[in-house]
Amino acid sequence: MISSGVRRARRACAVVASLASAAASANPVPWQLNMSPGVTSISERVHGVHMLAFWVCVGIGVVVFSAMIYAMFRFRKSKGAVAQSWSHNTMMEAIWTIIPVIILIVMAWPATRLLVDMANVENADMTIKVTGYQWKWRYEYVDYYKKPSTVNFISSLDADSARTRQLGSGIDPRTVMDGDYPAYLLNVDKPLVLPVGVKVRFVITADDVIHSWWVPTLGWKQDAIPGIINSNWTQIDKPGTYRGQCAELCGKDHGFMPIVVKAVPKAEFEQWLATQEAEAAARAAATAQVAPAPAAQG
Amino acid sequence: MAAVNPALDHDVHDHGDHKPEGFLDRWLFTTNHKDIGTLYLVFSLIMFLIGGSFAMVIRAELFQPGLQLVQPEFFNQMTTMHALVMIFGAVMPAFVGLGNWMIPLMIGAPDMALPRMNNWSFWILPFAFLMLLSTMFMPGGGPQGGWTMYPPLALEGGLNVAFMIFSIHMMGISSIMGAINIIATILNMRAPGMDLLRMPVFVWSWLITAFLLIAVMPVLAGAVTMLLTDKYFGTSFFNAAGGGDPVMYQHIFWFFGHPEVYIMILPAFGIVSEIIPTFSRKPLFGYQAMIYAIASIAFLSFIVWAHHMFSVGMPLGGELFFMYATMLIAIPTGVKVFNWVSTMWEGSITFEVPMLFAVAFVILFTIGGFSGVMCAIVPADFQYQDTYFVVAHFHYVLVTGAVFAIMASVYYWLPKWSGHMHSEKWGKIHFWSSVISVNVLFFPQHFLGLAGMPRRIPDYNVAFADFNMISSIGGFWFGASQLIFVGVVIHAVYYSRQKATMQVWEGARGLEWTVPSPAPHHTFTVPPLIDASKLAHGDVTH
Repeated sequence: MISSGVRRARRACAVVASLASAAASANPVPWQLNMSPGVTSISERVHGVHMLAFWVCVGIGVVVFSAMIYAMFRFRKSKGAVAQSWSHNTMMEAIWTIIPVIILIVMAWPATRLLVDMANVENADMTIKVTGYQWKWRYEYVDYYKKPSTVNFISSLDADSARTRQLGSGIDPRTVMDGDYPAYLLNVDKPLVLPVGVKVRFVITADDVIHSWWVPTLGWKQDAIPGIINSNWTQIDKPGTYRGQCAELCGKDHGFMPIVVKAVPKAEFEQWLATQEAEAAARAAATAQVAPAPAAQG
Repeated sequence: MAAVNPALDHDVHDHGDHKPEGFLDRWLFTTNHKDIGTLYLVFSLIMFLIGGSFAMVIRAELFQPGLQLVQPEFFNQMTTMHALVMIFGAVMPAFVGLGNWMIPLMIGAPDMALPRMNNWSFWILPFAFLMLLSTMFMPGGGPQGGWTMYPPLALEGGLNVAFMIFSIHMMGISSIMGAINIIATILNMRAPGMDLLRMPVFVWSWLITAFLLIAVMPVLAGAVTMLLTDKYFGTSFFNAAGGGDPVMYQHIFWFFGHPEVYIMILPAFGIVSEIIPTFSRKPLFGYQAMIYAIASIAFLSFIVWAHHMFSVGMPLGGELFFMYATMLIAIPTGVKVFNWVSTMWEGSITFEVPMLFAVAFVILFTIGGFSGVMCAIVPADFQYQDTYFVVAHFHYVLVTGAVFAIMASVYYWLPKWSGHMHSEKWGKIHFWSSVISVNVLFFPQHFLGLAGMPRRIPDYNVAFADFNMISSIGGFWFGASQLIFVGVVIHAVYYSRQKATMQVWEGARGLEWTVPSPAPHHTFTVPPLIDASKLAHGDVTH
């Protein structure tokens, strides 16, 4: 009883938070109504053009639907309305053709500028190669400030979610937590670690079928296509854990290949990268020593 | 021609209602446009219920987080089959059925121009769908790669790939023959005086739609044939390892797919343009503007296909072109909405069931249009693409758009078809139950998509639980509401005692209301005299 009360209270808080400011919700929260502005300057601008388009639609909707509702009540036969017979009004027709053109230009202008900036993948300080597989992601740290790196690993659904998601597992998905975030299906065994404040270029491809790499808080998704290398970029402003999912149907476990980006301060990242490189080197050395053994046994 | 030929006149009285006897002669070998129209509509209703039951499985599994009912493989079959059945089995045949029934009646023709081909184009369909649905009972199950059949995923399927492709070829042949028939009928069979610019907007919308069908169904056939040879004959059209390009498939598919979207909505525009003037008792506002708008939308539909694939990694110039071209569609679509509202303005409106559905169509289709404009904005679409926001968008235009228009037309013309009035009370119950539940079903999906829920997933994070549950409740409710519709139709056809008059609706204008209700088996064997003032759109001299 107490825990359910607490959960309810927490949920209520989340609702209020999501209504008051989507900034509080970098990751999905219950009753979330709107897109998160995200954690990069690009994602904030994406949120901006989204909101502009939204309010334009609301504005047009208010005008059109008010007119309709007025007509529905005012011109009822039951209220004695007598039908007129006019069916043309050139002035009105010109107005409602020209005004939408102007509105569209107002929406297209910031969208075009943003798109140009999003397409600019030059001058990145770091490159990550992302490869989609059924049903996991491989991350390769290609270079960091022009220094090549050998760090690469597979990132797949975390064990708790994997156990819980089986048909008839009987486990309540609400009990799957990552820290204090209910991370069911939005958690991985090994997240992609990125430095804050560094322009990261992603080169994205796939090895089997088409996937799509999407972290909503970064403001974009990019399809991962076998035989094609796509690129995109981000520069994360705030440290934190940002969650996403594969966004292109890729087979039976399409819903079970999440993406987690852990953004950390630059110094911490450099330390992490060095550790990973040392481990990778040690592993490579160990593999080299062990490698002949299976052949001898076989 | 307009002068009455006594011999023909005699013929009308003698054989006007002569129907072939025997079930097979009446239905299997029929060449009568009304019977074929009925077959199409009944087939469409059955497919609507089958496709709807797949949707019920989807909504039941998504009722709460965690997998409770079905394995992900089966869930993917449900999403794929739901789309294929609803698009090719329910919506398109419904419009062809309406076209079959109403186009000859509206232009004063005795039948379709090519009656035997008409029979064939219908009777292909049940076999195509039997084959498609049978894949669900084959080893490996039905297609699971989405109705878009993107390679390489779609090629991972087993037996179902060949069956699905063959059934799509058959549906395509059926659609192309249907379209040829409609064009031939409209261009050759109009009664004297029924000039092109006097035709009802529904006929115009079908003329334009038929050209779209002829233009794009072969493109789909080509795309799926390439899939077939990639899978079974070792070609590499879409196989990167063999020098092919998986993205090329998407370009070809959507070159078909976007006009296909309008194939499913232009006849709906036509229907609503018939119903609103009738119940507003006022001529359609801007008749010619309506036709030019439909034609512009049809033209634009050929140059916007890549907006279905903005995240595929196109060059900047390509993305900008497709964004601008897509945004342009808002203008002719806006013209249509403004014209419908203006038609109601200073009318004398009553709200019988067809009008209720037509008004709901205008409002809810416009909401679907709004989210469509939002999706056109490429940077924002990078977020919307492949999420529930898109699912909400296309269900607003297809369910509250196309399907609501089809239901409006059934309520509108059923008295003409059956000779009986439907139950106004149960029709209204069906309407209000549908219009409320469909919003409970689809509106929360906007929120889910914006919060980050991808489409085509069988299970989701707990943050998405609340709106999914609401959406599922709306789904079950909407599904159950359609059983009322089935009941109303069966009652009207077999049990209703209330005879329909010739004109049926007080404000109805047009040739279809000059024949008795039910429409006799053969109509307009003598071409009617056209009285321009009796046409729904009224004065056409402007």
